[in-house]
Amino acid sequence: MQAIINRKEIKIKKCDLDKQLLTFIREDLNLTGTKNGCNIGVCGACTVLINNEPQRSCKLKVSDIIDKELLTIEGMSENNDLHPLQKSFLDHDAVQCGFCTPGMVLTAHALLLKNNNPTEAEVRDAIKINLCRCTGYQQIVDSIISAKRFYK
Amino acid sequence: MMNWRNDGVAKVTGKAKYADDIKLFDMLHCVPVYSNQIHAEIVEINTDSAQKSSGVVKVITAKDIPGVKKFGQIRKDYALLADDKIRYEGDVIALIVADTLENALQAVAKVSAKYKKLPSVLTTEEASKDKILIHDVYDSNLINHHKVRKGDIVKGFAECDIILEDFYETNFVEHGYLEPESAVCQVRDDGVIEVYGSMQHPFSSRRFTAALLGKKLSEIEVITIPMGGGFGGKDDTAAIVCARTALAAWLCNKPVKMTYTREWSIKESYKRHPYKMNYKIGLKKGKIHALEANIVADGGAYTSVSPWVTWRSTVQCGGPYIIPHVYTDVKAFYTNNVYTGAFRGFGSPQVNFAIEQIVEVLAEKIGLDPITFRKNNMLRQDSITVSQQKLDNHIVSLDQVLDKVIKESNYSDKLTKCSYGKSDDSKLYGIGLAMSYRGCSLGAEGKDFTSAIINVQFDGSILLEVSIHENGQGSETAMINILAKELGLPFSKIRYRRSSTSSIPDGGTTVASRGTLMGGGALMDAIAKLKLIINKVIAPKLSCKPNEIIYQNNLLISPSEKSVTWEEAMSIMYQNCTYPYAFGSFEAPPVTWDEECGAGKAYFTYVYSAQVAEIEIDMKTKKLKVLDIYAVHDIGKAINKGLLSGQIYGGVVQGLGMALKENLIIEDGHIVTDNFHKYRIYRANELPRIHDFVIENPDPNTPSGAKGIGEPALEIISPAIANAIYRATGRRMKKLPMLMEDICKQ
Repeated sequence: MQAIINRKEIKIKKCDLDKQLLTFIREDLNLTGTKNGCNIGVCGACTVLINNEPQRSCKLKVSDIIDKELLTIEGMSENNDLHPLQKSFLDHDAVQCGFCTPGMVLTAHALLLKNNNPTEAEVRDAIKINLCRCTGYQQIVDSIISAKRFYK
Repeated sequence: MMNWRNDGVAKVTGKAKYADDIKLFDMLHCVPVYSNQIHAEIVEINTDSAQKSSGVVKVITAKDIPGVKKFGQIRKDYALLADDKIRYEGDVIALIVADTLENALQAVAKVSAKYKKLPSVLTTEEASKDKILIHDVYDSNLINHHKVRKGDIVKGFAECDIILEDFYETNFVEHGYLEPESAVCQVRDDGVIEVYGSMQHPFSSRRFTAALLGKKLSEIEVITIPMGGGFGGKDDTAAIVCARTALAAWLCNKPVKMTYTREWSIKESYKRHPYKMNYKIGLKKGKIHALEANIVADGGAYTSVSPWVTWRSTVQCGGPYIIPHVYTDVKAFYTNNVYTGAFRGFGSPQVNFAIEQIVEVLAEKIGLDPITFRKNNMLRQDSITVSQQKLDNHIVSLDQVLDKVIKESNYSDKLTKCSYGKSDDSKLYGIGLAMSYRGCSLGAEGKDFTSAIINVQFDGSILLEVSIHENGQGSETAMINILAKELGLPFSKIRYRRSSTSSIPDGGTTVASRGTLMGGGALMDAIAKLKLIINKVIAPKLSCKPNEIIYQNNLLISPSEKSVTWEEAMSIMYQNCTYPYAFGSFEAPPVTWDEECGAGKAYFTYVYSAQVAEIEIDMKTKKLKVLDIYAVHDIGKAINKGLLSGQIYGGVVQGLGMALKENLIIEDGHIVTDNFHKYRIYRANELPRIHDFVIENPDPNTPSGAKGIGEPALEIISPAIANAIYRATGRRMKKLPMLMEDICKQ
């Protein structure tokens, strides 16, 4: 059994199949960019992309990624170069405490892959699955809209 | 390039390591055990069975504490592990340390305890009778009583032609930082206990830890790491989690991690104080003439910083208005509810909710529009505040912020379009305004001083640290911004040190919107000292006087335009065996306070703010939509516009949550809303755009000219919304949160 995690094929052990995906990502793969904010699938801090769909990893098991592509925040930037969307977050001061940021970036990435010309309302609707307590979302929304040109 | 923060790349790539992301070799895991009691005597705690549970290394109770059992920032009344009594449901009776988190959790149910239930005190009315005492060592449940006594209140009311009496009420509010409390601690080979914690005050965490372990401050090192939000909420509880984790590491002599679940965090961590406010206010010929306010705060089970929070409510009890006769009492009481403490706003959002509605009620009573009434009564240059401070040492800019918000929001035109409960369809429109003056930094609450260290390396790179804490607001970046500007260098030459409580002297809490103001003050002092040191060495090389050197574009330049690069200059410093190193400090200008009459120079300067909210209520769907928000703040001087706007948006939205959504439900002392599915905070799709405007009157009392923004942004949005609801529906909402079911209730 295998999964593609951040573009690499990873063998999955049978004994791991029932593990919470979030715990597996953080504790077994040491990919700690994925955060645990509520552990009940409400805050979105644990968002990862599975086949480019935002999913809450605290609500999933490792078995849910078998033969699928998992993207965590660590997979967003290749060769230490920031993805233009990440760059856009910084250019718009969309980061404060940073705890929601990985999930927020991934949700935005999934949106822009699907819709490279979203309206502000569409952006707000897409990221409603990710809570942020610091920013009031405005600079996050602006950064996502501004990044759309890189998806065309 | 201003859109830059030093921790930005780490945060957008997921590389930033928060407390729970740290793993140390051979690390154990620790979890708290709660009692499920509200108020009870502890007869016995039995840990035998838990101790034998698989993987358990140690079960810790109060008897294992080597240091003091009770601690606190003001009154030392908080039992870090409950010993004799349970005073609220968040009290922890034991800690379980095990090899894995799973094993630690497994053992929780195996701790058994016997209790003698005590009748619980869940309202301040009941608490004030002192029939049941929460803390036996104090002879009353009264935590503190602040007063304002100005003029002659009896004579004042006798002279009034209109008198209004009203009651307003606010609720418990949860901080809702996205990262729950977490700490990782280890005992180092030199005997020092290292603490990595999600906390907003390293020095306070160190005090709690040292007290619990019976150690000296120098034996504990609290190290700064990224923190997932605080908003005032990561002081006491976060420090306590650090202290308990350090205790576990000390007793087990291994690294220990303790990370809270959201449920534990909401159960145990302190909240915003609920206020009950009786206001009586009188007008004489259209001017506010007398104010009597009786304000009661629920302090919950422990003191925390209730005396400081409620103190701010005295200075701001009358809003930003001139009032000759004032008689205010602000009291906080112990109850068996969750304890209450610091939360962005700190005792001002509550009184603003009342007074900023009251002034509009008064305006209407005498047939004036709310702006004219405010302008007739508001504080101006050299005015005297309710606490008898003459505002003569900075620019009093209420007129500027008010005029700006009126103009930008087109308030006056829109005021005529409000529905007052009547409309052709089901939709009602309203616009509301509120304004404030807010004392900067701690004021007469406490000692207010901060430090900064600039350590320039001989290759020209710089290590900077300031004893304020990066809470996510970007304080490190703001400090880098100031230093880069003053030395004429790019940000890239400055590295903010991962500082610790051992590397820089205690700079006080990063609270009260004091980070930029106080940290910037200390940094400006360090910069001045650094330049003296450098200038003395470099001036002869540039054939000029030391004080003539200008720092610009990576150069040190003389009046005759001779120059050396920054790097050349540092090389010359090395040749001269002179360290380009400076320690700076800043002590807030003096403040005074007379407890008996509530008078004095309460704060050394003030921020002035005005906000406008537009709303639409659909009576058919029973939905309230916030259409637009306008926020204007005189923050002295903007150091970093992007971060500043971020503070405004975030503060406004938190305030909106308090106004319209966030309802912490407590039933018989137990918090019901124990996670984000029940305690609902704003999501992106529910919010309008916020239009922010900054007015800059550089403050002469602060070296950088900056004041603060974190709290001003939050403190007036709830009355602005309430005033908008009134204009939409004709109904005054006097209780927070303002839920649709109450707004629609006939």
